[in-house]
Amino acid sequence: MNSTDDLIKRYEDRLAAFEARLRRMEAGTGPVPQLRSQARAGGGLRLGVDVGGTFTDLLLLDEKNGRTFTAKVPSTPSDSSIGVLNGIEKICREAGIEPREITEVMHGTTVATNTVLTSSGALVGLVTTKGYRDVLQIARSYVPGGLGGWVIWNKSAPLAPLEYTIEAEERMDANGTAIVPLDEKAIRKSLKSLLNSGIEALTIALFNSYANDAHELRIAEIAREIAPDIPVSTSASIMPEMYEYERTETTVVNSYVRPVVSKYVSNLQKELQQRMGDVMLQILRSDGGLSSAQLAMDQPVNLLMSGPAGGVSGALWIAKQADVKNLLTFDMGGTSTDVALIENSIARTRRETRVADVTVRAPSIDVRTVGAGGGSIAYVPELTKALRVGPQSAGAVPGPSAYNKGGEQPTVTDANVVLGYLPSDAKLGGDMEISRDLAVKSVSGIADALSISVEEAAEGIIKIVNENMCGALRLVSVEQGYDPREFALMGFGGAGPLHVNALAKLINSWPAIIPPGPGVLCAYGDATTRLRNEASQTFVTRISDTSDRKIGDMLEALQKSAAEALSEEGVAPEEQDAFYQIDIRYRGQGMKLTINISPEDFARDGLAGVAERFDKEHEQLFTFALDADHELVGLRTVVQGAEKSFIAPGRGKAGTDASGARVQSTKLYTDGKWRDAHIYDRGKLNPGNRIDGPAVLTEMDSTSLILHDHVGIVDPVGNVLIWPANHKNAR
Amino acid sequence: MAATIVETNTKPFNRVQVDPITLDIVENALRNARTEMDAVLFRTAMSPGIREQHDAFPMIANQEGKMVVGQFGSFLYGFINGYDGTIEDGDIFITNDPYSCNGAVSHLNDWLLMMPIFHEGKLVSWAAMFGHMTDVGGKVPGSLPTDAKMIFEEGIIIPPTKIYRKGQLADEILNILLHNTRMPEWNKSDFFAIIAALRLAERRVRENIDRFGADYYISAMWDMLDRNRAAMSAIIQMIIPEAVDGKKASFEDWIDDDGMGNGPYKIACSLHREGEIAYFDFSESDPQSFSSINFLLNEEMFKMFFGAFTINLFDPQILFNDGFYDLIEVHIPEGCILKPKKPAALSCRTHMLGRIFDLMGGLLGQGAPDALNAAGFSDSPHFMYSGFNTQGEWYQLFQIGFGGVPGRPAGDGPDGHSMWPAFTNVPNEFLEAYFPLRIREYATIPDSGGAGLHRGGNGIVIAYEMMEKGEISIHDDRWLTYPWGVNGGEPGMRSTKRLVRKTGEEENIPSKCDRVAVEPGDMLYFNTWGGGGWGDPLARDAELVAMDVKRGLVTPEGARRYGVVIEDGEVDTRATRKLREKMAADQVKPLFNRGFESIEELKGRCKKETGFEPPVAPVFRRFAQAAE
Repeated sequence: MNSTDDLIKRYEDRLAAFEARLRRMEAGTGPVPQLRSQARAGGGLRLGVDVGGTFTDLLLLDEKNGRTFTAKVPSTPSDSSIGVLNGIEKICREAGIEPREITEVMHGTTVATNTVLTSSGALVGLVTTKGYRDVLQIARSYVPGGLGGWVIWNKSAPLAPLEYTIEAEERMDANGTAIVPLDEKAIRKSLKSLLNSGIEALTIALFNSYANDAHELRIAEIAREIAPDIPVSTSASIMPEMYEYERTETTVVNSYVRPVVSKYVSNLQKELQQRMGDVMLQILRSDGGLSSAQLAMDQPVNLLMSGPAGGVSGALWIAKQADVKNLLTFDMGGTSTDVALIENSIARTRRETRVADVTVRAPSIDVRTVGAGGGSIAYVPELTKALRVGPQSAGAVPGPSAYNKGGEQPTVTDANVVLGYLPSDAKLGGDMEISRDLAVKSVSGIADALSISVEEAAEGIIKIVNENMCGALRLVSVEQGYDPREFALMGFGGAGPLHVNALAKLINSWPAIIPPGPGVLCAYGDATTRLRNEASQTFVTRISDTSDRKIGDMLEALQKSAAEALSEEGVAPEEQDAFYQIDIRYRGQGMKLTINISPEDFARDGLAGVAERFDKEHEQLFTFALDADHELVGLRTVVQGAEKSFIAPGRGKAGTDASGARVQSTKLYTDGKWRDAHIYDRGKLNPGNRIDGPAVLTEMDSTSLILHDHVGIVDPVGNVLIWPANHKNAR
Repeated sequence: MAATIVETNTKPFNRVQVDPITLDIVENALRNARTEMDAVLFRTAMSPGIREQHDAFPMIANQEGKMVVGQFGSFLYGFINGYDGTIEDGDIFITNDPYSCNGAVSHLNDWLLMMPIFHEGKLVSWAAMFGHMTDVGGKVPGSLPTDAKMIFEEGIIIPPTKIYRKGQLADEILNILLHNTRMPEWNKSDFFAIIAALRLAERRVRENIDRFGADYYISAMWDMLDRNRAAMSAIIQMIIPEAVDGKKASFEDWIDDDGMGNGPYKIACSLHREGEIAYFDFSESDPQSFSSINFLLNEEMFKMFFGAFTINLFDPQILFNDGFYDLIEVHIPEGCILKPKKPAALSCRTHMLGRIFDLMGGLLGQGAPDALNAAGFSDSPHFMYSGFNTQGEWYQLFQIGFGGVPGRPAGDGPDGHSMWPAFTNVPNEFLEAYFPLRIREYATIPDSGGAGLHRGGNGIVIAYEMMEKGEISIHDDRWLTYPWGVNGGEPGMRSTKRLVRKTGEEENIPSKCDRVAVEPGDMLYFNTWGGGGWGDPLARDAELVAMDVKRGLVTPEGARRYGVVIEDGEVDTRATRKLREKMAADQVKPLFNRGFESIEELKGRCKKETGFEPPVAPVFRRFAQAAE
């Protein structure tokens, strides 16, 4: 054995020692396995609520008979719970039920996200280990923008300002041994002045606390003695992992959004209970799981992607009804687009969450966001004469030129109007008028700069923005080793249905799916999320140093405890299904891959089977596998409640003829020329109907586009599936 | 002797008209491909240098070898012209020899891999990437000996070699390479990670050709090169004044010493424009050094530095490429410290490489004072710590330090950040987990950033407590000369290194030193330097200065450099006004404030200020090229 092997062996031993400490730490501070979600037996009425920037969407599900009701009310940004309550009143009226009949409310919220985006969070105080006061100021020393990027980059101030950061005299080493004891007297004194300085939340993030958080917990106790009303977040409880900057930042973001989220959730819960009695409120987490209201208030950093997670969950559910297992989702709004990948009816997740320039280590559905939406502004830099679209957006105010609210810059929406995709006599979920003249005027600026026609310029804008979104779709598919041709593409959100056909064409993902109610899909996701619980354990060892039997026993024990918790929530054992997740890597690597394997497959193939699957996936992702040793990093068991199917009552199978839904004829500009087309009222379409492109479908809150040489077919659930006209499924 | 490109399909490409929209789409597709190359590399590499610090750089070039996307392009053309052999589908080339790729990589630690991409029997593109290997053999762990006199002391030298031949790995060659490093497992994994990134680029290029057709794809690349050329032509004319009566801008800067007691070494450049063409002339730079601080600067790479540096100001979204190279003439004389002759040692070129950016900033700023930045953290200083621990196991750490970004027209310089693209620091918890050391302090150094209307970023202090007997090496600079301020801004603070022995003895140790023995409990304070200030410090809002004081970035005493008097943490308005009036009366606002009058004057106070004897003026000697 050479010295390198020794070195790696030594790393490994030390890593194993940390992980052991981590386990002890967890054992001391909380139950292992941790209960990650709570739920209770079904049977009643479930309500999904999604609060967006403009509208609050609701979906009511009756689990007994599978009936659904939807409602849409204006959002009330100053206090979004008002909008929620208005919506509940409306939907109950329409469904003819009493609010008290609703037993569960599932809620996806963007309140945490918006707090970050609008910089409206709490003033956060921070306690670090002595010598680490500047941990957020220095961050990872990274300057974005490539070579010379530093010339124009200005770093934003830390969310916990330096003037509200203090140091504690204490020190843990990497083994979790206190090499400097906590100076309680000194920290009490500094805390007194910090807690009286006007801070609204406190973060305690000490060095090496992932190995031992005793000092963090003690300082938290002292802080609560001094100021019981100021919420305290300790880093090891939010993110019990190595990497001091990431852990500190994640915990500071938790503190930053906490007062706003707490206030919102507790108000909402109070109001709901007043109207509905003993109702259970659950909040959708970034990773697509559900969180109790209390946990949501304590760890709001896990809600940063709650909104988009609802969309993905909704897409997942609708796709299942349509029997589509693999799909890419594409949620296009006014300023940005979220994309995600679903494989085998499971959404891919990752270990970090990003909102604007804030990155935290909290698990989330792997949603990539690009700054490309209906409001994205097109421009031509003088110097390069390139056509650029976004990331600047006209937002809701002044909005696209076509909305006649004072916007003058050309946007993607304006381009859609110019080309006839967004008919100027259609309504946009309200009373918004669309002016084609204003759209043409603004897009003319681009046309002039490039010396092309206004139609060519508009089509160029659409192509560029589609390309930007295509880049995001590649990040979640090809970059992860998936071939988009094996996936369907679902477009939703305000602008998704307008672009989904063109994008499917770009990445060859068929069919392009426009779900029913593309504007309320998030609420579907909220309401239909499966009850799920998982139990996990970090366990670092080389495969050659352990056995199938030992790992099998550990996984079984994890499964048992995860299943027990789910049973307590009222899910009968026969309604549960379980699978194992094994985190594994080549020893020496920093990353790890998660292998999903069923208990039956594990019993048959053992660890050799896991290693084989890992090699295969490594090769798929990175084009190579190594002959290095395999190292297990963590074990997890996921137990889920049975899937409930809520098929919307069908309107019966109709013939292929869709002419009954035609509203008027129109002209659309695609691929360089004007073509005759029809506008359809989507509400009048029936399952089985075929719509030949080019065509525009309008409905309450959305407009869809079917391109020429493509066909839209309405499926039994009400999805419009778009296929190329010569595709076998279109004939 | 140029390489023979073996193509089974000899039909030439047709240059076709590409509409501007398709062009932008191809540009985006290539931009995405490069991002993906990075992502693949960082996830699969093992060495902290690549995995955590991101010391690796990808590119995609057209079939002629011109970089279309990337940051360190331009060497392929020279490689293709200089390689004596065939280039075939499935080949991948490796080299780390600066002397046989005209400085495409500038020391042996950087392994450069180049892959021709074929489509239907024709060469359509190139993908290339290089990454810093933790160790490539040679006389010291880390392979960066400051005192090397010849490149042969710096590790194994790999001339351009087919490491894959028609798709087959030449595993025996790879074996030889790996047997010559102290960290074979890391190198091996990093090697395959780079290969994976290249393969990904290959897939993307082929997809693009399938989508648009080869002629469109190739033409789009040409168009992108032309577009850059047009943009850069405008920029050159905007920021470089035409030479009137032969008047040229010129600027000089220094590397303080060579680690062997000699210095400072001057690099100097003059700049002027004649019509469309800009001329950079390095003739006044010092000759090459006997130690390893030489930097083999590829002329094309310098053009790229220049382009990247300036274009960011005008269209940061542009995909930067090689298209404008004929607009720039660069002259570097043979045997100069920027073009040393073989076998000059090169491993510690990091200081010179960084200093080039200060030099360029000072040079360009004279033509465009609004775009003038102060001198920043123009270096990637090294810290190395290695030895056998008490269990007899080998440990070896290589780390890069970060410092102050300068004050800029855009605003204050960030504290303790990187001026090198993509670099990040290694988390200290990671270090403590994997290496026998503790980081007792990791903080910015108050007042180390130069005062100015826009403050220079602070340097940082890293206090390393050694836990095992071993050796440390340090390669840093700016311990003697200062990072200069501009437009009235003041210089930043110098770097220092202090070793506090467990026994209580303290010593300042030199900025460049190798193999200093350390004992458990010894503490090294590795203090980096700050960025220079930009603009008149007396014009900075006093409340902003007070905020910096509250944040611990400036001390109350340091606030006086801004003419601001702080009393009990708040601005003393009256005293501030008085102090500012007094300072304004004596103020001179030079365009550049270097903090010294002449090198002689600076040397005269060296001992007093730094504790070290001043370096001796280097004596230069002629070098003949060594036999190949």
